[in-house]
Amino acid sequence: MRLRLEKRAAPSAAMRWAAPLMATLLMLVTGMLILVLLGKAPGDAFRVFFIKPLASVYGIGELLLKTTPLLLCGLGLAIGFRSNVWNIGAEGQLTIGGICGAGVALAFGDTESSWLLPAMLIAGVIGGMLWAAIPALLRTRFNTSEILVSLMLVYIAQLLLGYLVHGPWRDPDGYNFPQSRLFNDWELLPLLWDGVRTNIAFLIALLLAALSWLFTAKTYAGYRMQVAGLAPAAAAYAGFSERRNIWLALLISGATAGLAGIAEVAGPIGQLQPQVSPGYGFAAIIVAFVGRLHPLGILLGSLLMSLLYLGGEQAQIELALPSAITGLFQGLLLFFLLAADLLVNFRITGSAR
Amino acid sequence: MSLDTWIAIFVSTVVAATPLIYAALGELVTEKAGVLNLGVEGMMLVGAVVGFIVGVNSGSLVLGYLAAMLAGVLMSLVFGVLTITLQANQVATGLALTLFGAGLSAFVGRSYAGQPIDGADALHIPLLSDLPVVGALLFQFNALVYGSIALFFAVQWFLSRSHAGLRLRAIGEAPSVSHAIGHPVQKTRYRAVMFGGACSGIAGAYLSTALTPMWVEGMSSGRGWIALALVVFATWKPLRVLLGAYLFGGVTVLQLYAQGFGLTVPSEFLSMLPYAATIVVLVIICRDPKTILLNQPASLGKGFHPDA
Amino acid sequence: MTDSFPPTTSAATPGSAPRLALRGISKRYPSVVANDAVDLTVQPGEIHALMGENGAGKSTLMKIVYGVTRPDAGTIHWQGEPVTIDSPAKARALGIGMVFQHFSLFETLTVAENIALALDHRAAPSTLDARINEVSERYGLPVDPKRLVHSMSVGERQRVEIVRCLLQAPQLLIMDEPTSVLTPQAVQTLFGTLRRLASEGVSILYISHKLDEIRQLCDTATVLRGGRLAGTATPRLEDDAGLARLMIGSELSPCQLPPKQPGEIMLELTNLNLPSSDPFGTHLQRVDLRVRRGEIVGIAGVSGNGQKELMAALSGECLSPDVGAVRIGGQPVGRLGPAARRRLGLGFVPEERLGRGAVPAMSLSDNALLTGAATAPAMLRHGLVSRRAARDFATGVIAAFNVKCGGESSIASSLSGGNLQKFIVGREVRLDPQVMVAAQPTWGVDVGASQMIRQALIELRNRDVAVLVVSEELDELFAICDRLVVIAQGRLSPSRTPAQTSVEEIGSWMSGGFIAAADAKQEVRDAAAA
Repeated sequence: MRLRLEKRAAPSAAMRWAAPLMATLLMLVTGMLILVLLGKAPGDAFRVFFIKPLASVYGIGELLLKTTPLLLCGLGLAIGFRSNVWNIGAEGQLTIGGICGAGVALAFGDTESSWLLPAMLIAGVIGGMLWAAIPALLRTRFNTSEILVSLMLVYIAQLLLGYLVHGPWRDPDGYNFPQSRLFNDWELLPLLWDGVRTNIAFLIALLLAALSWLFTAKTYAGYRMQVAGLAPAAAAYAGFSERRNIWLALLISGATAGLAGIAEVAGPIGQLQPQVSPGYGFAAIIVAFVGRLHPLGILLGSLLMSLLYLGGEQAQIELALPSAITGLFQGLLLFFLLAADLLVNFRITGSAR
Repeated sequence: MSLDTWIAIFVSTVVAATPLIYAALGELVTEKAGVLNLGVEGMMLVGAVVGFIVGVNSGSLVLGYLAAMLAGVLMSLVFGVLTITLQANQVATGLALTLFGAGLSAFVGRSYAGQPIDGADALHIPLLSDLPVVGALLFQFNALVYGSIALFFAVQWFLSRSHAGLRLRAIGEAPSVSHAIGHPVQKTRYRAVMFGGACSGIAGAYLSTALTPMWVEGMSSGRGWIALALVVFATWKPLRVLLGAYLFGGVTVLQLYAQGFGLTVPSEFLSMLPYAATIVVLVIICRDPKTILLNQPASLGKGFHPDA
Repeated sequence: MTDSFPPTTSAATPGSAPRLALRGISKRYPSVVANDAVDLTVQPGEIHALMGENGAGKSTLMKIVYGVTRPDAGTIHWQGEPVTIDSPAKARALGIGMVFQHFSLFETLTVAENIALALDHRAAPSTLDARINEVSERYGLPVDPKRLVHSMSVGERQRVEIVRCLLQAPQLLIMDEPTSVLTPQAVQTLFGTLRRLASEGVSILYISHKLDEIRQLCDTATVLRGGRLAGTATPRLEDDAGLARLMIGSELSPCQLPPKQPGEIMLELTNLNLPSSDPFGTHLQRVDLRVRRGEIVGIAGVSGNGQKELMAALSGECLSPDVGAVRIGGQPVGRLGPAARRRLGLGFVPEERLGRGAVPAMSLSDNALLTGAATAPAMLRHGLVSRRAARDFATGVIAAFNVKCGGESSIASSLSGGNLQKFIVGREVRLDPQVMVAAQPTWGVDVGASQMIRQALIELRNRDVAVLVVSEELDELFAICDRLVVIAQGRLSPSRTPAQTSVEEIGSWMSGGFIAAADAKQEVRDAAAA
């Protein structure tokens, strides 16, 4: 008796959605196992990681706060991934979005004005799009892999941010700390309700999730991009422009990442610092996959990923574990998902031999 | 500038290029078998942290390197099981490996951050090392530097001269044809992936024990990705990998000597150079699609399942 | 034994055990039973045909014999001994060689490297070259060991495959549809080689669905139908009708092409020159072609002579630098992409069904949108797609073309080749084209579906559509075309009606026989112009 893989006649729709749940479960089990091996009581660890962060209104607010950039980046990336455009540099586009939005604030923010905040957001979006336009241009003009280019641009963006906060944009009254001046109230995104740090960007992200569903499910452009992802030769046969798809995919994901960046800077951070994201742009890649590239799935995926961030912070405080455990869990989640995806296209059968 | 400065630039170029040589040659062999493993960065980080920890605790760098290779192989096996046996998408799995490696290495290495280690010493080769100029230029490196050159010759010979290398290249070109004439596609791909893992592991350990003898979270800072780009830049040829690595090594050390050249550019911009250079180099190589089509293993990135 | 040539005597003695005997071989795939309790016996020195139409299970059975695929049930006897063939290496060790239909050669490697890869005993390159030359001379199969495979024609590649097999001194040689890539003249040369091998005691298993070839060449035939054994026959004693009955269970009804006066020119190529984007491709040179309303023009040729490039130039996937070189309905379209050409009335059935003609992972109704959205206004409004219109359209195609599937929401990859092709042809036909281009419309399709597809093309012609068909099956082209042209080395021959020409003339044109004459004519014209 040995196990064999047998290709299914058609991919299983049920498995497509069961796989992320299985992956989450497997991640939980493995995660608990790791914690037990490190000498933590499993009940304790579970409580600290997954219950404690949600035990207060403030905690829920934090959950939604961290969900926002993940959701924004994940939505944009998913549109690209559906069409086989692998923008993995959302972290860089997010950084540039933060820089551009903050630049507007630092240049014009000294006097209160109602157009300032919208202008900051727009600048963030444009910044993200411009940064994503580089891999788009190089891929369409010079056939250069958008994976490598967008990733290299992450490092460049972070160094640029470092230069700005160490140099020209450093707060002159900031005791030489590498950070910009604190933003004024009118430069900050309004909070949703008192006592939490969740801001209006969360609502914008929800709205964009609905729009992205409309885009992928209803529009011809969304259909064309999906064909390009599933069968590039069929897209060429039908006459769908590869160039247009690449541009669209990168500009959309750049825009949402840029928005996420300025929403962080003009939200919970409130100034420009050497680091504006703990890797949301990369975690969003996992979010997009776990969410099956579907807006609703991505919303759920970003909630889960946000919880992992909060749990990691909590574990650092209460269990004296390095917060890097979040990254470990994220990686495990994606591995398990990729493994479980096997069941979408294959069936495991036992054959006596 | 003095002769000594030029010698120092040359030496640090070679030193900076060495991890790229290991990682890129490993990836080259993996890709020649038709497998695109984007997890080099993650495997390097795990190699770096494991090499460091074992090196510190055992007091033996050799053990550290062996452990780092083993760690790289284990990481690559995760990738192999997912993509070769379980048919997962290679791009997605490679990204997962990088994210996982970053998390894992940060997690295990937490308590070792900032600790010192006795780094790899330069070999002292009797007579040769004492030669004027030439001795300082060529014969005062640590063993891993010479190892990288040996690895280059080994890979070059394997791919172009050995029968096993021919079979590996054939699998990278057309796995279904290889399967039809009875070559073990999956097994060969596993071996190639594991070889890539071992090379990335040692490249990582080189970072944490030789280049900057300490462990810092995320210390590979994109070198794994640059190694991937190098393979494309080299159009999948070992000699060009070697030359490309030295070119990048040179770009990397430029920032250290920039002031000596009278450059007053902010350090961040100098640090951007390797990344910017990677992009430029990719553009130059890729702008004619035929260059890539003619050189890239035809099945690169595509899974293969014997029954499908 | 690896160094000796095929044994010439003892194996063929009467009364000895059969060379190969299969009993009760079965192989199931998730959606299809490929072989169901199949028996097959091959004697020493016999040329044995394995017949059956597309999808009958011939290739699966041969893969089992060659150790590429493992059977679910059944036994294999070799020279009277029961054996398990679990890998091609094992098959080769027993003395079984196979020439694949889709060649198992590595394009970027040389002939010698390709042969070395398949030899189970490592050979030094120097002696290998000598052995290759020896075998190729002995059997009249000229190959150059140093050449790169991608620079070779399909016929030459087949010779490499045969030489590679012969170097192993096989006692059984399996040939999978070997003539589909050959000109009629080259087929005769191949038959000569095979007869010679058989006379030396080598058994040949010859897989084909071409009745006349089987009658010419084979001593015995085993016929498969729907994965089961349909019977055995002695081909020389049967006529086409009898063999066809055995193979498909009914008689072939010939296509009817009612006489018709062609109308205005709808598709026109004028002096089209186009370098291939594929580094191993064929460049199109000075291609002239006219297709009129109400006629079917057929393009014959051995694959790899520019068909792919010509199709891309017609569909718009590859743009022509000269805008006037391609015209649809009189309009210059050289710089227009596929969607724009489609709006001018072009229908297109590509050679590759799954992945080009249809998106494998999408439903049939979503696949209706693939070309429908650009041409059928109901399916696309203000940038939004109408899934309902797509569903209705797909349902219509399924009904009209008798596509066997689970409805319009079935995934394209779950359909059999024949049914998917019927869907694609049906989609293109029902989008109401003025010009229809079909590449290999019946390749690998079962007889019933082929018949239906040919009939659909003829009906288009009868409705005054201009139809262009590219095919490697000469019989098919002679049956359904009003005019024939030949493509060879990226050049197009003058056109002939089937009545004006013969298989021999077309065959010699397929190996480039028309090019010298065309060049001479061109020179005269150039001189006159100067």
